Amino acid sequence: MTLVQPAPVFLGGAVGQSVAKPDNLEKVQGRAEYIADLYRPGMLHGAILASPHAHARIRGYDLTEAMAAPGVVAIITGDDVGDGRMGAFIKDEHAIARGKVLYVGEPVAAVAARTEEEARHACRLICVDYEELPAILTPEAGLAEDAPILHEDLASYVKIFDAGSEGNLASRTQLIEGDVDAAWAECDVIVEGEFTTQPQAHVSMEPCGALADIDATGRVTLWSANQSVFRVQANVCESLGLPMSKLRSLTPRVGAGFGNKMEPHIQPITVALAIKAKRPVKLILSREEDFEMVRARHPYRVRMKTGAKSDGTLVARECEVLADCGAFADDSPGVLGYSLLMCGGPYRIPHLKASGKLVYTNKLRFGAFRGFGNPQVLFAGEQQIDQIGEKLGLDPFAIRRKNMLHEGDQWFVGPRIGSNGLGLCLDAVEQAAKGPRADGSPRNFGLAVTAHISGLLGTGAIVRMLEDGTISLNTGATDIGQGSDTVLAQICAEELKLPFDHVVVASPDTDGSPYNWGTTASRVTYTTGRAVKGAAKKVVDQAMVHAAEMLECDIDDLELREGGRIGQRNANSDVTFAQISGRAHWAVGGPLVGSQTLVFDEPTHDPKRAIALGLPFPRIGVFSFAALGVDVDIDETSGQVSVHEAWSAADVGRAINPRLVEVQLHGGFVQGLGYALYEEMVWDGARLANPSLMDYKVPTSRDVPDAIHTFIIEDPEPTGPFGAKGAGEIGLNTVPGAIANAVATATRTRHLHLPLTGERVLAGLITPGTTPD
Amino acid sequence: MAKKTLYSLTLNGEEIEVASSAGATLLETLREDLRVLSSKRGCNQGVCGACTVLLDDKPVRACLTLTAHCEGRKLQTMEGMGGDPIMATLQRHMVESGGVQCGFCTGGVLISARNLLSEDPSPSRETVKTALSGNLCRCTGYRTIIDAVCGAAEELAQ
Repeated sequence: MTLVQPAPVFLGGAVGQSVAKPDNLEKVQGRAEYIADLYRPGMLHGAILASPHAHARIRGYDLTEAMAAPGVVAIITGDDVGDGRMGAFIKDEHAIARGKVLYVGEPVAAVAARTEEEARHACRLICVDYEELPAILTPEAGLAEDAPILHEDLASYVKIFDAGSEGNLASRTQLIEGDVDAAWAECDVIVEGEFTTQPQAHVSMEPCGALADIDATGRVTLWSANQSVFRVQANVCESLGLPMSKLRSLTPRVGAGFGNKMEPHIQPITVALAIKAKRPVKLILSREEDFEMVRARHPYRVRMKTGAKSDGTLVARECEVLADCGAFADDSPGVLGYSLLMCGGPYRIPHLKASGKLVYTNKLRFGAFRGFGNPQVLFAGEQQIDQIGEKLGLDPFAIRRKNMLHEGDQWFVGPRIGSNGLGLCLDAVEQAAKGPRADGSPRNFGLAVTAHISGLLGTGAIVRMLEDGTISLNTGATDIGQGSDTVLAQICAEELKLPFDHVVVASPDTDGSPYNWGTTASRVTYTTGRAVKGAAKKVVDQAMVHAAEMLECDIDDLELREGGRIGQRNANSDVTFAQISGRAHWAVGGPLVGSQTLVFDEPTHDPKRAIALGLPFPRIGVFSFAALGVDVDIDETSGQVSVHEAWSAADVGRAINPRLVEVQLHGGFVQGLGYALYEEMVWDGARLANPSLMDYKVPTSRDVPDAIHTFIIEDPEPTGPFGAKGAGEIGLNTVPGAIANAVATATRTRHLHLPLTGERVLAGLITPGTTPD
Repeated sequence: MAKKTLYSLTLNGEEIEVASSAGATLLETLREDLRVLSSKRGCNQGVCGACTVLLDDKPVRACLTLTAHCEGRKLQTMEGMGGDPIMATLQRHMVESGGVQCGFCTGGVLISARNLLSEDPSPSRETVKTALSGNLCRCTGYRTIIDAVCGAAEELAQ
């Protein structure tokens, strides 16, 4: 195990070097093409009419005036899309509202016209006849006995797991290990609380958009801002009833995602418009529409209870989650299930019971957002660890070290833990944060730890050696700016012992790329990286066969040498990749192509160990670990919290590109900072009140501390490519929990509700020891 | 379609005429009429800074600027910054520092930074943070961007 300090190295780009992303060059020149920058000959512009009602039956449409408006070519409504339904876990969503609307902002109709202005103008001329229905705005209201039902046909929807759906209950999950009810009697100290967390908007700087074109055979080509060209293909085809072979999904550069662009946004609508107009259509959301129509982080209500022995040994925890699903299930069942899987934290807790309900409401869909349900339960769990430590006189590091899981242990419900650098993360933070501040004043310190998975679902890689011995790598993984193209090329180059710039990465294309479930769940470096390494190895093996014939020696006497050469051990003679590939292309054997596909197949659930009901991810695993320490300042007149200094340590197995890992930790910290302190989507009745960057505050350059220290811990994961594990989400998970613990240190007040606004923190300052609303 | 007016301006050193409607924003004119695409629509409300361009050497929000107000004026976008040595230094530092992730904010960030270095060739870190506070970035957490601008300023001061 080693501690890596990233240094700006820009050499050959081997694994472990902080090679700069090649796409940075076009980005600093303003030349990168995002979805809004694409144009096609004869292209129309689309616009969407959004529902003004939270819950209403659609009785009919009058499109006469809109169709007659200047520039209008086509209009679609629910009448145009058939009854196909999409959804990652529960297929409950049409391409566009059909029969009913379920939230304010839901797309009801869409127009294709010569210009965006004309399309938006025509949308305002569409008349929809609604019959308003009572709206459900909270999960509690959705579970009431006489509640109006959002999805009357829920029972008949296709579900990919045992969801237990009923009424407005979209899904429920329960995970149990040990005997919690009996275990409370063994505890010397018990803490309990009911926590709430707020909805957070992703705010990728690029709003969602799509461009669809139809070829002479009627086949669709679709470009869109996405985190998976394959999920786009599946969702569009399911919702519009198209065979998957009739739709090609591609990606331009993507202006970040954070989960917002993983599942569908307006791709199905754009395709339906293009099919009806028989012309290319581009549809780009405004910022307001991006807030109102796409998806957001779930608001949670978490009831948590934790008990320990007097020496600090954790004995039992119970966690009950009530999650707002919004109008469509989207990734929500996965988020709920993952929250419950992670609610024990990276600790040995012999008796653990987690249960949760996901309830449909008349709000936009909540879905995947960096952290995927982990930050919400961690906000509760990591505060309770501190509370137990306080009662027993154990410092935050000591109680966590005492209880943490180790390599080879099983995670809650069953997954086996491979490498585990959590202890080193704690060491790094403790060492760096110890003592008072530089000016001698005491710190207002808070600590939180976390784990996050990176092994999930299917992926593939194709490595082709070109005629001159350079390499084309094709994985189907969308690089959303985080640098996966660079990292995967580094893995490929390392396996082939080639300089990084000898590998070119193909842009994802459902016609030509191997399947990749998506750039999500911190999974690309680990899961796709494994496929890349395997595919590259196959190319080496094929090249070895050629080299043995060319050098007239035994294949076992050959070695792969730096720079694309294969030679005989203990001899100078060798052949180059160019010579080998030329021979393969033109004379013997055929071009060198290596491919590798895999699906993560380690079971989540060990039935000998635990009971699992409604588990949305039957196969998940491979854990990264992290610790975050923060030292906060609190303005005593406003209650406003700011971070004076932060220490973020993450065990990522092996940092393929340390600089890119470091930026994940910085970016995750700052997105978590906004979540912890002030970001909040606020509803005024059924309508989102702050769908703009004027009214929804995200951190600026002035809001972040200079002193964010990052520590990359490398405890190599045996199954990972060159030991690597995921790094994308782990830097965010801990932020609200660590800041809440620091605020408790400073104010002697426990906060159970996010965000930790000045108002709440001030209330705690005025009356310490209470739990402000 | 709305009636269009012909406007004359200097875009990236070239005198051009463009027909735009009287209410068109500079962002609409650049993107839809001229296909100059480095200026991005992130919010269309003057908050995010992704559309920032230089008008008579001063940074403005293209989404809040009417094309009609640009008549006879000098406009620069990222497409026209290729020959500027200060911009080249900023670009190199951004590439190498990790200040570029998704890249959607990057052009606006660079134009704000370029303007800062015109006004204050040796800015403090605090000054850099203030100068960039109108350019939102959701990926980097700002640290590597601030490092890049400070690094470029130091190199240029030598």
